[in-house]
Amino acid sequence: MKTQPGLRNKNEPDLPPEWGFRLYIAGETPRSLAAFANLKRVCESNLKGNYEIEVIDLQLHPARAKGDQILAIPSLIRLMPPPTKKIIGDLANEQRLLMGLEITVRNSSTN
Amino acid sequence: MKVIHLAESNRTPLPKSPTGIEGLDEIAHGGLPTGRTTLVSGSAGAGKTVLAMEFLIHGALEYNEPGVFMAFEESEQDLAANFASFGYDLVGMEKEGKLSIDHVHLDRNEISENGGFDLEGLFIRLGNAVDTIHAKRVVLDTIEVLFASIGNEAIVRSELVRLFRWLKDRGLTAIVTGERGGSHLTRYGLEEYVADCVIVLDHRIDGQISTRRLRIVKYRGTLHEMDEHPFLMGEHGISVLPLTSAGLTHSASSERISSGILDLDAMLDGDGFYRGSSVLVSGTAGTGKTSLAFAFLKAACDRGERAIYFGFEESMAQSVRNLASVGMDLKPLVEKGLLHFSTVRPSSLGLEAHLASMHQMIRKVRPTVVAMDPISVFMSVSEKDPVKSMLTRLVDYLKMGQITTIFTHLSNNAQNLEATEQRVSSIMDSWILMRDVDFGDRRRVMLRILKSRGMAHSREMAEFLMSSDGLHLGNSHLTGDIDSSDRKN
Repeated sequence: MKTQPGLRNKNEPDLPPEWGFRLYIAGETPRSLAAFANLKRVCESNLKGNYEIEVIDLQLHPARAKGDQILAIPSLIRLMPPPTKKIIGDLANEQRLLMGLEITVRNSSTN
Repeated sequence: MKVIHLAESNRTPLPKSPTGIEGLDEIAHGGLPTGRTTLVSGSAGAGKTVLAMEFLIHGALEYNEPGVFMAFEESEQDLAANFASFGYDLVGMEKEGKLSIDHVHLDRNEISENGGFDLEGLFIRLGNAVDTIHAKRVVLDTIEVLFASIGNEAIVRSELVRLFRWLKDRGLTAIVTGERGGSHLTRYGLEEYVADCVIVLDHRIDGQISTRRLRIVKYRGTLHEMDEHPFLMGEHGISVLPLTSAGLTHSASSERISSGILDLDAMLDGDGFYRGSSVLVSGTAGTGKTSLAFAFLKAACDRGERAIYFGFEESMAQSVRNLASVGMDLKPLVEKGLLHFSTVRPSSLGLEAHLASMHQMIRKVRPTVVAMDPISVFMSVSEKDPVKSMLTRLVDYLKMGQITTIFTHLSNNAQNLEATEQRVSSIMDSWILMRDVDFGDRRRVMLRILKSRGMAHSREMAEFLMSSDGLHLGNSHLTGDIDSSDRKN
């Protein structure tokens, strides 16, 4: 299990990130790596400093599959903000990912 | 691991894993193919889940083969509650590491798809459960839910191919269940992936009586029965009644057993019935059929044998009281544990449930004689054909156990007594007809033996006499119209 915290906003050092994701993979397959890269890219572009991605490799933690009702690999769960959302696949379609996670796209000027 | 090998003429024997389900291993010649996947198909409520779970329960408890149950439809709690009603403690079995239940919750509305994926999570879950309890058996019930909850059918299909290969590579004996759909055995064609063994369950309602049937439609590399076998969903789960082919192989005893009435024994070639035979006693109301049945049971108990009376009309207290009036004291026999009563009203249970409870009681008590009084109650609540086929199987079951049985039948048509029982009489070895006859100002009960296979029985008519000192037959030579209608023999 490894945690990839996004960069925190320096002005709000004590607040936890508003966005929390958990990505389930099974070994570092091309598809899993792609899912992580696609998620990371969207987060960096739109939620910079305000998100956290937890990656769970089911090959290392097989018991987690039952507890979290995981069948498909890769599986992404949006834990925060509620309600939880589940997306399966390598997240190749960025527009659908944004829609699925209900992330509002930032203007290019704020980047 | 207990595996039954079955030799077949030209092929290598296929190892079998017994299901432990009564009757099923018999018709599958030992059980399900070891290390292979069996498809169990049937409509909703046909008993797929019960059969599959029993396969795991018996496997774990009787054959030391722990099992994993992946439930795609029911939750662990629902399954535990349902099987508690059959007397199985799933939660306890899980604690002991004999069983692992994993409820796979899938809701299409909660999941969206984005890009390529596979079902490796399913494999990891299953693999983890199998490794944790060292499982030998696996059930996937019903894996077709995947098709409904995952939109991408191509992925589901390719993953199923991988899954069935995975099960086989790991040497797991598995059951997958599938819902019957249209002209196919399963809605999504699961049978294409499972080549080794396919069992079809069917649940029909005939005249408000539910009849369940089981058929093995495909069994590669082994002999199996092609027939449809009725099965029962009783208080301890499924029991399959093997078809009549078994009935013809039971040994015919030459031992004789008293009818309990000396005069009747005399009419039966002097020695009474053959042990293990079935006797039909039919007649109109109030002719003493029940008394005759009890005389037979009591005689067995007096010899120290065990007997069961299955009564569908009177309570035990009523029977004990009534029989006391004709000189039969049943109480001591009940107290000694020789005479057992089972009295249920037919309307409260279906035919199927009735037969299941009879089976279970017969297995428990192990009687040598049984009375069913009267079987006509089933005819009134059901169409005739299912009743006959169920009776046929019951008779076979009793004969296999060398249990001598009296079936009484209440005839309501005084004019055509024999025709009404014709359909059941063919499966009976002996047939005694009783009827009341107005004879002058007296009402008499006349008895005659219509048939009794394998003996030179009397063809005379005798008067059946009941008094406080017991049951007797009086010699009687009546003439007139009573004899004209029953010339069939």
